[in-house]
Amino acid sequence: MSIVVEQKEALDARIAPLLARAQALYEDLDLRAVQAWKSEDPSRRAIGFLPVYAPREVVHAAGALPVGIVGGGDQVEIVRGDSYFQSYICHLPRSVVELAVSGRLAPLDGFLFPSTCDVIRNLSGMFQILLPGKFVHYLDLPQNFDRRLGGEFYQHEMRTVAREVGKLTGIEVSDERLRASIVAWNANRAALRELRALRSERPWLVPTAEHYLVLRAGYLLPVEEHTRFVRDYLAAVRASARHPLDNIRVLVRGAFCEQPPVALLRTLERAGCYVVDDDFLQGAHLIPNDVREDGDPWEALSDAFLHGTVPTASIYDEKAEKGDALVRRVREQRVDGVILMAPSFCDPALLDQPMLQAALEKAKIPFTSFKYAEDTGQFQVIREQAGTFADAIKLWGSA
Amino acid sequence: MECLIGIDLGSTTTKAVVLDGEGRLVGRGITNSRSNYDVAAKVAKSEALINVRFEMLKRALREEARLGETLASFEASLLAGYRLECFLGSLRRLEAHCRRDLENARFEDDRPAMQEALQRIFAGVEASARRVFEPGSVARSDFFRDLAGSSYVELAAQVARAGGPSFDRLVGVYDRNIIPVENETETRSFEELLLEAFAHVPAPLRGDERAIERLLREVSTRNFEVVRTVGTGYGRVRLPFPKDCIRSEILCHGLGAHLMFPATRTVLDIGGQDTKAIQIDDQGVVTSFQMNDRCAAGCGRYLGYIADEMNIGLHELGPMAMQARRRVKINSTCTVFAGAEFRDRLAAGQSREDIVAGLHRAIILRAMSLLARSGGIANEFTFTGGVAKNPAAVRALREVAEENYGKLTLNIAPDSIYTGAIGAATFALRDVLAAARQS
Amino acid sequence: MSTTFVNLSSAEERRAAANAIKDQSQERQKELIAGYFSSLAQAKANGKKVIYTFVPGNLTELIANFDLLPVLPEINALQNGMRGRTGDFIHLAEKGGHSEDVCTYVKADIGMLRSGNVGPTGEPLPKPDALLLSYTGCFTFLKWFELLRAEYDCPVIMLHTPYQGSGQITPAMREYVVKQLREVVIPKLEEISGKRYDEEKLKAALARSARAEEDLVGVLESAKCKPSPIDAYFGGVYYIGPIFTAFRGTQEAVDYYQLLRREVEERAAKKLGPVTPEGALEHERYRLVVEGPPNWTSFREFWKMFYGEGAVVVASSYTKVGGLYDRGFRHDASRPLESLADYCMGCYTNLSLPDRIDLLARYIEDYEADGFLINSVKSCNSFSSGQLLILRELERRTGRAGGFIESDLVDPRYFSAANIKNRLESYFQMIEAKRQRV
Repeated sequence: MSIVVEQKEALDARIAPLLARAQALYEDLDLRAVQAWKSEDPSRRAIGFLPVYAPREVVHAAGALPVGIVGGGDQVEIVRGDSYFQSYICHLPRSVVELAVSGRLAPLDGFLFPSTCDVIRNLSGMFQILLPGKFVHYLDLPQNFDRRLGGEFYQHEMRTVAREVGKLTGIEVSDERLRASIVAWNANRAALRELRALRSERPWLVPTAEHYLVLRAGYLLPVEEHTRFVRDYLAAVRASARHPLDNIRVLVRGAFCEQPPVALLRTLERAGCYVVDDDFLQGAHLIPNDVREDGDPWEALSDAFLHGTVPTASIYDEKAEKGDALVRRVREQRVDGVILMAPSFCDPALLDQPMLQAALEKAKIPFTSFKYAEDTGQFQVIREQAGTFADAIKLWGSA
Repeated sequence: MECLIGIDLGSTTTKAVVLDGEGRLVGRGITNSRSNYDVAAKVAKSEALINVRFEMLKRALREEARLGETLASFEASLLAGYRLECFLGSLRRLEAHCRRDLENARFEDDRPAMQEALQRIFAGVEASARRVFEPGSVARSDFFRDLAGSSYVELAAQVARAGGPSFDRLVGVYDRNIIPVENETETRSFEELLLEAFAHVPAPLRGDERAIERLLREVSTRNFEVVRTVGTGYGRVRLPFPKDCIRSEILCHGLGAHLMFPATRTVLDIGGQDTKAIQIDDQGVVTSFQMNDRCAAGCGRYLGYIADEMNIGLHELGPMAMQARRRVKINSTCTVFAGAEFRDRLAAGQSREDIVAGLHRAIILRAMSLLARSGGIANEFTFTGGVAKNPAAVRALREVAEENYGKLTLNIAPDSIYTGAIGAATFALRDVLAAARQS
Repeated sequence: MSTTFVNLSSAEERRAAANAIKDQSQERQKELIAGYFSSLAQAKANGKKVIYTFVPGNLTELIANFDLLPVLPEINALQNGMRGRTGDFIHLAEKGGHSEDVCTYVKADIGMLRSGNVGPTGEPLPKPDALLLSYTGCFTFLKWFELLRAEYDCPVIMLHTPYQGSGQITPAMREYVVKQLREVVIPKLEEISGKRYDEEKLKAALARSARAEEDLVGVLESAKCKPSPIDAYFGGVYYIGPIFTAFRGTQEAVDYYQLLRREVEERAAKKLGPVTPEGALEHERYRLVVEGPPNWTSFREFWKMFYGEGAVVVASSYTKVGGLYDRGFRHDASRPLESLADYCMGCYTNLSLPDRIDLLARYIEDYEADGFLINSVKSCNSFSSGQLLILRELERRTGRAGGFIESDLVDPRYFSAANIKNRLESYFQMIEAKRQRV
């Protein structure tokens, strides 16, 4: 096992306040930030969306704040949530229900449940019962990627969301409004691309946990504010005096829905792994490149989903390319090894794993895999596993 | 006397109670469930009936024997003597089994040394038993296996250290032979045992010996007619009972809790391997229930693992948790991970007391989810099962229950371990009454 | 004396009648299923092409339209489960990198494939010429065929079936499915089979489907009688066999369901109880509605826990996974593709959770059930996730006792007989105690 010296440098004076803010947002399970935003104008509305992906532009264009709901992590004590789920269901819905029945989701005026898996699908029905009167919509994302088939259906879905959210805000989503929202998110995407590029280039500047917290802030802040926040963080870390460590470069897959606790991310890095590419909070960067800003904005958003997403387990892999795409990504990012980490009982991630493993084996790319839950409280095993993985690669170039 | 018996075959202990024809609880008995439910049921039942006779005996002594101030000492001494006799009976059977075992070929090389070692060990166990069964002394356990076992192991270690046969070899003999002994029952009659017990009572306490002896004989031979026996508990299906004499432990626990606390509406039972949340109506009829799923996470056994991990007794866990200063949130109630999480947290600098308190809260949270599934907690709320004896579990339950359901009356009976058996015996009584009404 | 004699004789007569009925329809069912498996074994020899597809939302009439044969991996898995083969298969798949956490149908299928792809009847299964991924009501189907595609390197035809999230089929949903049928599924099937789509042939098949569906509904609704002449769960899974698999739209299915319905109606007229493996059930003590699939590895043992206590399942949701017909839907020759679309979207596991609760609550009332029971299977999140809320809501709405047990589809490690029996007994005794109270 590697003994990794912790980076003990005092946080740069410019980074510290930004991280403190991101940490506060991360811990804000009562959605005080949303309450504050709404209190500035009583007509404001906020709409929660679950993993993996929802077209936030549409919610934004309807004048509402899209808020990402990704569970309670390790911060929430589950008192009632467990009573709704058998032991073989993943952890995320337990904390989501806990948050809902304990009133902590009350600042939200509606919810979107994307078609991610059977658990989130059924959770949409549970919310209809648990929170009667709230706007709850199951967002059926297309699995047919033909513009005239899946595309048309998806546009209809988006228009339904726009209409329903518009009823709550009193705002009709015009093409102009939607285009403006696309522009706002494109700016956000550009900032995130820069952040990810910097991380890949100089991972010691952007530690995994920090990257995660910065990304996560975007699930609570208005998009314009988040884009500024990412830019501020970028400027701060670029100016910092952080030094590289003798860590290997890894890529993480499988954590697109239920999120690992931040302590687990720190564990990976301390065990000698720089995460240079990952699918944490996949919804924030499912469509990495800009969405077309001209022409029909509905079509532009639809096209971006049909043809502009990175492969993820909940979207049908029409061209059987997810293995190749992963290998390509490994090469592009000059990654030493892959960590396949999936939440326990996550059918999409765990059923994907054998296919990803086969591709990695074929390409002779080292990988390791383990399971976690959002409230995992012990890291000893993961520390040792990731440490051994990193050491083996450092010593022999393979695990 | 006509009586009714209820037997609750749990995964760790088997309990029996006796009701008289009026439905009054007149005796109770408990034994470890061992590997043979049939024997466990027999032993628990005979323990309960012996308990009835002792109670009768006490009444008769009070009424007839005029022992005056020495009455209490006499009773304690007689009971201790009785226990000692039972213990010695089992010990002799164990010794006989062990000695027969030495005839096996595997002892060809060291038979004499083994024989001598056993001689010393059994003499030592007997001597320590005589100390344990002094009137007034409190034994750590009532079960032969526990008492004889701990004493045997200690002596075997001494013998081995002193150059005798190896410890493993000596303990191996015990392990092979304790099971058949547990599955045998006492051959002497109650009357014989009682008279031998009487012989242990010190002379100054014995009073009018002939009158007392007559009384002992008379109570010992009083006739009990067991009109009906109803079995319940996890092992009930293995009882050689007709089907209509078996009731689900859910129904029995519900009814038992109702009989102990008639205003009960919600019952929580946390036993060794399962947890039950039961809702009952004003007559003790079960209206809804939930049990833990196939994994034993959050049951009493989980606390057992933690106690083992810490190398302390299970009963020390609760008091330790009561010393906690800070609330620690434990996520895993999985018995498999419990040890690992415990060690991780200790390594992270958290105190044993705080962690253990967190573990208690974690199992109570598991129970809360079963309660919620069964319909929540309605007042009054009765807590039963082995874990109800643990003060930290009770405190955590009260806290969490009141946080979620408001102020509640939480009932815990000192003999709540008999809840299921009481329910079963009452079903037996009701069956008899119903049959009488029909005919 | 003579009265006793007459009674005895009539009881014997009843038993004989029961057994005779059992023989006729059950034999026919067995023949159909066995014939289906041997047609698969000979498919390649007979020059037949093969389409793998799933039970919920299966497009059997359309597949038959191109003279293709359907293979249903879930059926293979459950049949293997009933024959005690899945334990080894699952073990093999797990050794190959599949997680213990995931669906055991998938793992049983992968394991069977790794063991030479010999089907449940001992005959080899043909390789697919295409995988028709009409994924209704289950995301795992998607992964399943991605995995099979990697094994077989054959085309996948994706049919995205929208979920009834708002409790209804909207025109946009229907249009989307019909367009996919017309523009994706049919052209691809034409390409694979080398045959043209024949709409008249499809219409004729759909008309036959509707007739069989009508009789199936008659059979299932016979459970409203007291005593119920059928067990709508343990017996029900046999009844749905032909129509949920390769036979919907065939004359064989029409004939089978006609025969079955006639037999069941006769049983009802004679006040006979359902047929069990140990003869006709004589005394119906508990009428239950069951939610969730059965366990297959210990199917007989599981069933006995019910009939041994006189419990009869009068309605179940599982018998609606391959088609929900008792709310009036029928395949319709006058709107062939539209009705196929509605069929796909209408299967039970494609219903919203509130709609599932409505359906079960209606069953509890309409079939005068004493209570309802949920068999929660570890494998199937589509069914299981949310079932504890279903339990709570049904108890609240119907006031009837709810029971909850846990098992799995085909993983023998997840069937704890003692645990399940314990809960069932407690549950039945609770119903009895409540009854006595009233």
